[in-house]
Amino acid sequence: MNSYISLTHGDLLLASIFLAMNAVFSILLRLRLERQLIVSALRMITQLFLVGLVLKTIFRASSLWLTLLAAAIMVTFAGREIWARQDRHLQGIWGIGLGGTSMLLAGTIVTVFALTTQIQPTPWWSPQFALPLFGMILGNTMTGVSLGLDTLHTALYRERAAIEARLLLGSTRWEAVSAAHQRAVRSGFTPIINSMAATGVVSLPGMMTGQILSGVDPQEAVKYQILITLLIGGATGLGVLAATFASVWRLTDSRERLRLDRLAAPGR
Amino acid sequence: MPALRIKALATKLIGPISFDIAAGECLALMGPSGAGKSLLLRAIVDLDPSTGNVTVGDHARDNMPASEWRKLVALVPAESGWWADRVREHFPAKFDATGLIGKLGLAGSFDWDVSRLSTGERQRLALARALCRRPEALLLDEPTASLDDHATRLVEDLIRECCGDGMALLLVTHDRRQAERVAKRLLRITDGRIDGGSESAP
Repeated sequence: MNSYISLTHGDLLLASIFLAMNAVFSILLRLRLERQLIVSALRMITQLFLVGLVLKTIFRASSLWLTLLAAAIMVTFAGREIWARQDRHLQGIWGIGLGGTSMLLAGTIVTVFALTTQIQPTPWWSPQFALPLFGMILGNTMTGVSLGLDTLHTALYRERAAIEARLLLGSTRWEAVSAAHQRAVRSGFTPIINSMAATGVVSLPGMMTGQILSGVDPQEAVKYQILITLLIGGATGLGVLAATFASVWRLTDSRERLRLDRLAAPGR
Repeated sequence: MPALRIKALATKLIGPISFDIAAGECLALMGPSGAGKSLLLRAIVDLDPSTGNVTVGDHARDNMPASEWRKLVALVPAESGWWADRVREHFPAKFDATGLIGKLGLAGSFDWDVSRLSTGERQRLALARALCRRPEALLLDEPTASLDDHATRLVEDLIRECCGDGMALLLVTHDRRQAERVAKRLLRITDGRIDGGSESAP
């Protein structure tokens, strides 16, 4: 089954016609959305053309170092994003390091595992497989970790009196923060749980849709999608657990104290 | 034999501070707002990092886990914290606190919702919650700040009863007359230091 239909640039131009209509409506109705609409569409087009170019170069070079460099750049952007999505983050290097490291560990373990035992390309780090896989896993783990840390830090800050009340009555730091920690882990897990439950009924995942459009047998595309979703779920969970446990450890100390002085104020 | 001994206790903001409280004694601590009264209490129970020595009986603070230390030296802060919906869930099952909350005028409050408690009720229940664990020393931060006269008397009676049982008590208060009613000695604190020579009988 090979019904892949190549798109021309003219096809893409034609596809933009409805978006252009929206821009016209925006002008007519004075919604003032036209600028944002056009700028973000142009950004999308430029970024995707560039990434296509970069990926093609990396795939053709098939160099381990170039693949690692690309992965490192992805991790840097995702780590920065985790930091930015938290209202209150850890002071200093911990702010970007803790979330980034948790995501990097979880993402790397799961990606390497999938490449070496299930997908098994030659070489196993082949960028054509490693980079898209790592990207999808990283993107979802990033969402989970940032949600988990944001919930945790807000809860510890707001519930300081309750947590310290437990400490004062002789609880250990882990007992005292358990409710806040559980809530943080739950909120980190929620997106992936929701998306697993809705997948295939409410939405067809983008990766699977893309494969089907490019001529892959739907049953094969589904198998890939299941593999990826399982990996994403696993990596997100590991990342959220690692990040929230590490952050509780950082925001408390061995004398069973809550150390909110290690948390930065919002906007700093 | 002092029950609670504080020696050269200092944090980034207060101290060094030294004083003793004997078993069965109530010591009042007064001073202007921001003088470091609450910070001193937090440092004693190790809730903020500090240097210096604190002992209760034969136990040195730094030789035991902080969670065990806080079972010996209990702090009831001015603002109480609650982590569960019902009052009962904040009391350990192995201690019976029924008599205690009765003495504080809150008999039957075990089944109440924490969210519906008044500030004064919370303050008294927080005291009961700490006392039912039988600490050797008790640190109270303005325990009657939002109480009416009747409830204030109940709390003061309980404080005297605790002293009678041999507990060491440190009472932070803004009320000079309260200090006179329940405390044998009075310390004044300004700018994070105990005022020299001001230790006196109230």
